[in-house]
Amino acid sequence: MIPEQLRDILYVVAAVLFIYDLKWMAHPRTAVRGNATGAMGMALAVAATLLSEPLDWPYMLVGVAVGGLIGAVAAARVQMTAMPEMVGLFNGFGGGASVLVAGSALVAAVTAMTGAAAAGNGAGMQMKVATVASGLIGSVTFFGSYVAFGKLAEFLAVKWKLHTWQKVIKYSFSLAVVAGGVWYGVVAGIMPHGVGSNTGLLSIALIVCALIIGGLLLRKSDRFPGMNVVKWLSAVACLAVGGALVINPENFMLFWVLAGVAGVLGVILTLSIGGADMPVVIALLNSYSGLAAAATGFVINNTVLIISGSLVGASGIILTNIMCKAMNRSLANVLFGTMGPTGDTPAADEVYKTVKATSAEEIAMVLDGAQRVAIVPGYGMAVAQAQHAVRSLAQLLEAAGTSVDFAIHPVAGRMPGHMNVLLAEADVDYDKLLEMDDINAEMDQYDVAIVVGANDVVNPVARTDPNSPIAGMPIIDVDKANTVIVIKRSLSPGFAGIPNPLFALDNTLMFFSDGRKAINDIIAAVKEAA
Amino acid sequence: MVSLVALLTIFVLAIFVGFELITKVPPTLHTPLMSGSNAISGITLVGALLLAGSLDSPVLSKTLAAVAVALATINVVGGFLVTHRMLAMFKKK
Repeated sequence: MIPEQLRDILYVVAAVLFIYDLKWMAHPRTAVRGNATGAMGMALAVAATLLSEPLDWPYMLVGVAVGGLIGAVAAARVQMTAMPEMVGLFNGFGGGASVLVAGSALVAAVTAMTGAAAAGNGAGMQMKVATVASGLIGSVTFFGSYVAFGKLAEFLAVKWKLHTWQKVIKYSFSLAVVAGGVWYGVVAGIMPHGVGSNTGLLSIALIVCALIIGGLLLRKSDRFPGMNVVKWLSAVACLAVGGALVINPENFMLFWVLAGVAGVLGVILTLSIGGADMPVVIALLNSYSGLAAAATGFVINNTVLIISGSLVGASGIILTNIMCKAMNRSLANVLFGTMGPTGDTPAADEVYKTVKATSAEEIAMVLDGAQRVAIVPGYGMAVAQAQHAVRSLAQLLEAAGTSVDFAIHPVAGRMPGHMNVLLAEADVDYDKLLEMDDINAEMDQYDVAIVVGANDVVNPVARTDPNSPIAGMPIIDVDKANTVIVIKRSLSPGFAGIPNPLFALDNTLMFFSDGRKAINDIIAAVKEAA
Repeated sequence: MVSLVALLTIFVLAIFVGFELITKVPPTLHTPLMSGSNAISGITLVGALLLAGSLDSPVLSKTLAAVAVALATINVVGGFLVTHRMLAMFKKK
């Protein structure tokens, strides 16, 4: 066994390694080294912990084996287009772990007390408040992340046909939540833990929470009447139950009720948020998972948890802020507002009167004369898995002496940096990925801009119509390029639900097709023309 | 026992360090940053291990902690591995 001081010093070293991890994330050249450094920090923190006191191994080993296997398989198999779901899910696990650690610490502290005399001494004020914070934030993160995951994997709002495995996840998760709540409620009702009173009432509260969460997750629409009432009620209930738990920590049934109510809040907060706002939500949940870990650090008096948790919390907050700015919306507006067509949105038929459809051959001719081409990818490219085809087209054009750049909008895709990862997967050099502000400054010098599966982020209405729901949102000014080619399956609106006058401009050609097929057709046409 | 004020000091200073570091990360690396920082938030694993391995805690406490160990390990192992996979794709030609 190593002395406590040595363990704490090793924790400091681990924290420094985490800081280097994030520092080296600042450049693609050093980022791989950074990530490896972070993993070393984690290994060091775990080793220091295991060596610091005599431990009972079976429970730990089972947990590590199960978690390690699942984590490794998931990381090796996930597709790059599915990264948002994956990160969403991992956030949730972090939050869930924080809730359980806080709950477990509370149970241990309360059980360690003997008799009424010790009540209140076993758990100090710091621990009580931190336990409440950890339970609350952790549970919001866990259930919020599940909903985000479900939305990203498209199995919450049942708009599209579900795969069997999606149904299995959806129904079994709901069932597990309800069953867990009912089981714990019934067990606690029969055989009260701790010295708390009114356990019966609390059992019922817990079961009700479980039923609400389970029910909400099975719903077929994202919104329902009275949603805001439930949202505010659950927020108030969180604070009330949290306060009760601080006063009365020995009744740890209250902790599970707190987790349940916070779960309802997490589900509702995330449920009402639309697809275009997903990058904000993912970043926010990322921040929460860090803050939950920091709160857990306060529960068990552990500095390395506090440092790492706050690093992650800060990271998530910054990304959230960047995403909000990129949409010209406040965080409050994303969380509590709604986005949709306003009363004076022009009718789609009116806007789209002058739309010109085109063919792969015509596009090949346009590209043949082009010196500079900008490609603007959106979520549609991810859905169509078109990133490799897009890379091939770029290479083909470059071989013919055309310069090709990629213009990346900060909120294109479903999470911060989503497009960059997909293009990196397709072997596109990261120097070719230009940020919105840089490419906008030169957009009038591009001969052709090709929009692949993007809509709202290239809608000029954001600049021209102050009453539009996306007014003031920074966009990529593709309309300033000489010719604009838009590859899209139909004229259906993006997430903002408004028509896009770009499609009807004189210099715009619409190519109606699936993203990957369209690019492949263009490649074939360009080769034929050459 | 570390004092609450000392812990709060650490908390606040670490948040500032976090802000300084993350502001320098370019948008290109935002996705790996998220999955990587997510792996770091799996540090809850340390707390979970201590509680799951505690010699004198009740079974309920240890069972909860064992589940927490599993969740946090998924986060740590999966997070660092998938981040590595992504970063390996960002290479200059």
